[in-house]
Amino acid sequence: MIVNDLPTKLLDGAYTKGEWSLENYLKKGGYQAAKKVLAMPRDPAANNIPALIEEVKKSNLRGRGGAGFPAGMKWQFIDYKAKKPRYLAVNCDESEPGTCKDRVVVTYNPHRVLEGILIACHVCGIEDAYIYIRGEFVVEFEHLVGAVAEAYAAGYFGSNAMGSGVRIDVTPHRGAGAYICGEETGLLSSLEGDRGYPKIKPPFPAVEGAWRSPTLINNTQTIALLPGIVNMGADAWAKIGPERNSGPMIYCLSGHIKKPGLFELTMDVTLRELVEQCGGGVLNDLKPKAIIPGGSSMPVLRVDGQPYTNAKGEQVTDNYDIRMDYDTLKNANTLLGSAAVIVMHERTCMVSALYNLIRFYHHESCGQCTPCREGSGWLEKILARIVRGEGKTEDIDGLLSVAGQMSGTTICLLADSAAMPAGAFITKFREEFVHFCKEKKSMVENAIRL
Amino acid sequence: MAFAFNEETRKQFDWLLKRYPTKQACLLPGFRLVEAQLGHVSQESMDYLAKELELPPSFVHGVFTFYSHYRREGDGKYVVQVCHTLPCALRGAHQILDCFKEHLKLGVGETDAAKKFTLKKVECLGSCTTAPVVQINDDYFENLTPEKVRDIVLALQNDEKSPHISNGPTLEGGCKGMMPMVDAYPKGR
Repeated sequence: MIVNDLPTKLLDGAYTKGEWSLENYLKKGGYQAAKKVLAMPRDPAANNIPALIEEVKKSNLRGRGGAGFPAGMKWQFIDYKAKKPRYLAVNCDESEPGTCKDRVVVTYNPHRVLEGILIACHVCGIEDAYIYIRGEFVVEFEHLVGAVAEAYAAGYFGSNAMGSGVRIDVTPHRGAGAYICGEETGLLSSLEGDRGYPKIKPPFPAVEGAWRSPTLINNTQTIALLPGIVNMGADAWAKIGPERNSGPMIYCLSGHIKKPGLFELTMDVTLRELVEQCGGGVLNDLKPKAIIPGGSSMPVLRVDGQPYTNAKGEQVTDNYDIRMDYDTLKNANTLLGSAAVIVMHERTCMVSALYNLIRFYHHESCGQCTPCREGSGWLEKILARIVRGEGKTEDIDGLLSVAGQMSGTTICLLADSAAMPAGAFITKFREEFVHFCKEKKSMVENAIRL
Repeated sequence: MAFAFNEETRKQFDWLLKRYPTKQACLLPGFRLVEAQLGHVSQESMDYLAKELELPPSFVHGVFTFYSHYRREGDGKYVVQVCHTLPCALRGAHQILDCFKEHLKLGVGETDAAKKFTLKKVECLGSCTTAPVVQINDDYFENLTPEKVRDIVLALQNDEKSPHISNGPTLEGGCKGMMPMVDAYPKGR
């Protein structure tokens, strides 16, 4: 079911008309939610507003960065008793292949992000917020800075934010081209002026994050959804979409699709509806073969209707009509991640596609942990050998063995992010890998170049 | 050639120092300031930043080389970055790369003798719904076709404003991808 007539949207008229200035944002009722929240006094003992943390929990808002972790629970973990300053880091380092939603939110609705920052900061007793935006996004950064300048001029930020007497400052911070800085602790290392090396958890950032102080890290989209929750009330907001998967979701549709783009819908939508109705069908009217539902790190779904043997040795088929929400996809052994749907049609060679992805992870591995640095390299080398036509059938189990040794053995999830697609591609399209190794060429006739 | 901040970048640098709790945090923004002033980050400028931020020069160099997006010494005037990660590859990134190779007469990773163009293959540029995508300096070029590539190269060879730039609406007097505008921020603390 496609529901796009939502009471609160991030990609509203501004997206198409370019009306993203403060003046236009105020006309649409902007900063009302922040005003309401900043008028509430903070609990002097806890230095937070517990009622509002409860409200966010009640809204079932799940982090839009990829993990789908309940935002309210994350807020609750902040160490409010620590006699240190607290920080907010907004993650706008979006680099997951397939994902391009934060970029659009920041470009076309920057004030919505800033309003969300005001709310999060005041509720959690935070005075300094940083927006970590990837270095490639120059124009996006300019928009953000322009909006920040407008908001400062209007007195929304500074030592007396919105006349509330509390100080809230925000600083946009540019990254410089490293996928790993999208990982929360990697982001903090980078913010501190170091290489983007992820740190060992625990301590979790909520207890000891940036500059060894309690730090809240939220995705840009998560932050931008907050004003909607405050305006509508958590109960009404929680009713948008299916139970426990509340709120609007921005689906990024890319790959072999007639009309690629961003679609802000409730999570009632099915994969088939997204591809056929939102995206207008598969490119050149070919049949879809494989679809990655949540960004390149997530296990692929086989949608050509053919059965495959899963890890338990059972013959199964993937459901093309699967509902695109966190829980349904998790039950199907994949994940919604960042809702980046990458479609591949029947002329895509899955061996080459996996090689392309693994090359990405090898390039972006920060090099701290051996299983990831070496493992992703080995995967890439073996796949390169198969694609060159020099593969042996033993290589396939070799790939699975290396991938198996990468999962769960490293500081951050990058190793898993490489191992997960490797495992899923090989399990679900094993015959293509076998064919490539035996026949020294792709099983796909007339395959597109990758 | 020794490096030092000029008046403008010094002003921004001093302002930056007040926005972060530690001096070290100004390292990444510091590289951007150097880039804005010099056009790239040189060895001398790294030593200069190390001194300013009270960090070991080897550490500064290590951080600089960790990141791939800063402009290096010897890069051409136009750095062409062709995305070749899966969503772009599915929509013909190879063809786009071949077009750039042909028109620029350059291989991947090469810079021409006149230091005008550098051709790079990069990983995901984060604009997957408008693939294939190329970034040239600060600008994004989306939904590329071989014809568009030809137009773009022709314009840049003559140092004209390139067609087909697909950036969203820009701010008047924007910050040129450099730094937040100093005057716009009142003293927060």
